[in-house]
Amino acid sequence: MADKEYDIIIVGSGAGGGMATYQLANAGLTVALVEAGGYYDPAADEQRTQLRNPWESPRRGASTRRRPFGDYNACIGGWDLDGEPYTQKGDTEFMWWRGRMLGGRTNHWGRISLRFGPLDFKRRDIDGLGENWPIGYEDVKPYYDKVDKLIGVFGSNEGLYNDPDGFFLPAPKPRLHELYYIDGARKLNVPVYPARKSMLTKRINDERGVCYYCGQCSRACSIHADFSSSTALIYPALRGGRVDLYTNSMVREVITDARGKATGVSYINKEDKKEYALKGRIVVLAASACSSARILLNSKSAHHVNGLGNSSGHVGRYLHDSTGASRAAFLPELMNRDIYNEDGVGGMHVYTPWWLENAALDFPRGYHLEIGGGMGMPSYGFGFAANQYNEYLDKRVGGYGNGLRDDIRRFYGARLSIACRGESVPQFDNYCELDPTVVDEWGIPVLRFNYQWTDYEINQAKHMQDSMEALLEASGGILLGDKPGAERNYGLAKPGEIIHEVGTTRMGLNPKTSVTNEFGQLHDANNVFVVDAGTFVSQADKNPTWTILALSWRASDYIVEQMKQQNI
Amino acid sequence: MSEPSETKHPIDRRDVLKALMLAPVSGAMLASTGCAVVSESNKQPITWTRLPTQYSYARTDVEKQRDAELFAETFFREHELVTIAVLCDIILPSDHENGGALAAGLPDFVEFMAKDREQHKLPLRGGIAWIDNYSLENFGSRFVEADIEQQLAICDAIAYPDVQDEALQPGIAFFSLMRNMTLTGYYTTELGFRDLGYVGNTPNIWDGVPDAVLARHGKSYDAQWLAKCVDQSRRNITAEWDDEMNLIT
Repeated sequence: MADKEYDIIIVGSGAGGGMATYQLANAGLTVALVEAGGYYDPAADEQRTQLRNPWESPRRGASTRRRPFGDYNACIGGWDLDGEPYTQKGDTEFMWWRGRMLGGRTNHWGRISLRFGPLDFKRRDIDGLGENWPIGYEDVKPYYDKVDKLIGVFGSNEGLYNDPDGFFLPAPKPRLHELYYIDGARKLNVPVYPARKSMLTKRINDERGVCYYCGQCSRACSIHADFSSSTALIYPALRGGRVDLYTNSMVREVITDARGKATGVSYINKEDKKEYALKGRIVVLAASACSSARILLNSKSAHHVNGLGNSSGHVGRYLHDSTGASRAAFLPELMNRDIYNEDGVGGMHVYTPWWLENAALDFPRGYHLEIGGGMGMPSYGFGFAANQYNEYLDKRVGGYGNGLRDDIRRFYGARLSIACRGESVPQFDNYCELDPTVVDEWGIPVLRFNYQWTDYEINQAKHMQDSMEALLEASGGILLGDKPGAERNYGLAKPGEIIHEVGTTRMGLNPKTSVTNEFGQLHDANNVFVVDAGTFVSQADKNPTWTILALSWRASDYIVEQMKQQNI
Repeated sequence: MSEPSETKHPIDRRDVLKALMLAPVSGAMLASTGCAVVSESNKQPITWTRLPTQYSYARTDVEKQRDAELFAETFFREHELVTIAVLCDIILPSDHENGGALAAGLPDFVEFMAKDREQHKLPLRGGIAWIDNYSLENFGSRFVEADIEQQLAICDAIAYPDVQDEALQPGIAFFSLMRNMTLTGYYTTELGFRDLGYVGNTPNIWDGVPDAVLARHGKSYDAQWLAKCVDQSRRNITAEWDDEMNLIT
């Protein structure tokens, strides 16, 4: 296949790469899909972690360096990869997550699928910070609509201006702890709605199953009832016969000709450790915001001396992640629960979107609330501090003997937690760049991060903590742990920890201050596109995946159109 | 502090052993976690269910290799492992219809986790040495060779984190770690599932909190919210919408 010239080479098989593969292959184009990890299908029993009992793992589901979210999490990847380091500038503590599997991170995410709203594309108009997107909600809406129908997302139409309605599947009913939260939120006039997540609560086609409520989406679904790029996009695309899949293939750079146009990519086959090249008319980068930036920066040539697409010096700039903070409470009313199966879908059934858009606050941008709790399956960590809530019952904490069994049952499922996910303000000075000296195990220069939160994010985290306390208490909870104060940035997660990093190849009208146009097409090379979250001008207080999918579809339509017109 | 030494006061643990032998070990337990064997320390045999050393559950090659290396390594000396067994047995005793820590194979689990999580190694090893020192000082023998009343007296001293005695803090920290390991190691087995009454982790249809539970908690689903929720009798009918985003199937 080495001599074959593909119409399209797509680097990365996550949300952006999967959608581009599906759309471009269905448009009749030949596609090489290049993935740095291995083949993955949760329907194959040898790759199944779903529905396993804790004792099937010697560590009972405990996390490891290679499975940061637990031994049964579907992730193959993480913040700390063998042979693939990254470095930090100064006291930066950026955490860079990378997936290394077909489908990438879409195999093990929370499936929270929120459209950006009209305000999210024009934040500069509202607060004067950062930059507006070159497009608005009306440009993306038709694609959100199509993504909803193609992939499936449950939710509810609430008529909220900045949390737009969609073509939703019906929502799962709230669990008991979520009913406590609903009542608590309503007491405080905080809105609460059914969550919006891409699990199939109802059939959408004959290829994918319907959710059977094991609550284990993070383990990847063997009946393909939740969305991952591989299950919903790549397998169907592969069946069409126009896609060649290259797994365990680590792209080094985009190859360009004397005129600066891309002619293909070079990659290392991780199995034989040798270097290969693929030829293509168009290169589509979907390796994730930072990985695509890294590939561009490593694609230096006489024509692109600072790296491909980097005449503006903006590749890697404006890197930003969602903000995050969390808190938990003990709910005495949930002691001694009746035990029944309430696994439901993976994660929350209800959520609170940002509700203070027009309030006077000392930070510019919002956040949403994710609700946690319930009678989960015991795994490593279950039973730690088994009777710590005794302190609220005038009983002694600690001890030994069969009485501990009663403690375990008394407090099982008596916990309510909230996690906040918010919007940060993109900064020119938060960036990734090539480390001048460090390379990975294939000799490819690695990324070095420079990232500091600003008062915008820190003040927002302070507000998150106040909100969570008020809501947990209004729900009948006794707050657990200490409230983090200024000395801990109010519990603000480290940058990269929320794994919503975006912005490194942002889109814009001005080639001097942006890397791509509104379709992810490089200003500097018209046959190279970026369809991951690198093109985001600002990451809303939403999760990025649904927007990655919509924008990748939109870019794919543009590519097909431009090829027809022979512009590229 | 007296020097740790070979025991000069062997204690008859026959009563304890009798209780261990009577521990119910179900067929299901044997099938999932292997058969019981005897380990010995200072002529004081204590038995526990051995856990498998081979697992098969969607590991990458590097993960398989790491787990094989962990199983090939022996961390605890026999005396340490037996001390762990005795402590686990005190924390979750065997005289229970759902079995205790030993039937759930706790010593093997603690051994594996100590190797898997490096940060546990020193606190466990050091904690065992601390409890032996404490036992020698107070009763003239190491912990496992003390009689059961003496062992329980030691546990009473270190089982409660609210105790302020500075000299006991290392023991309290160790006992808390042992309690955590014992409970997590037990409740992640079939015995623990049965003890808890856990019923999840199986395909099912979630259709809301049972009515009796709602009533008990004074909660209800309001009609407006329910209208947004899935009608499970129509879950297999392919979704279609009108142009106004209304689901019509």
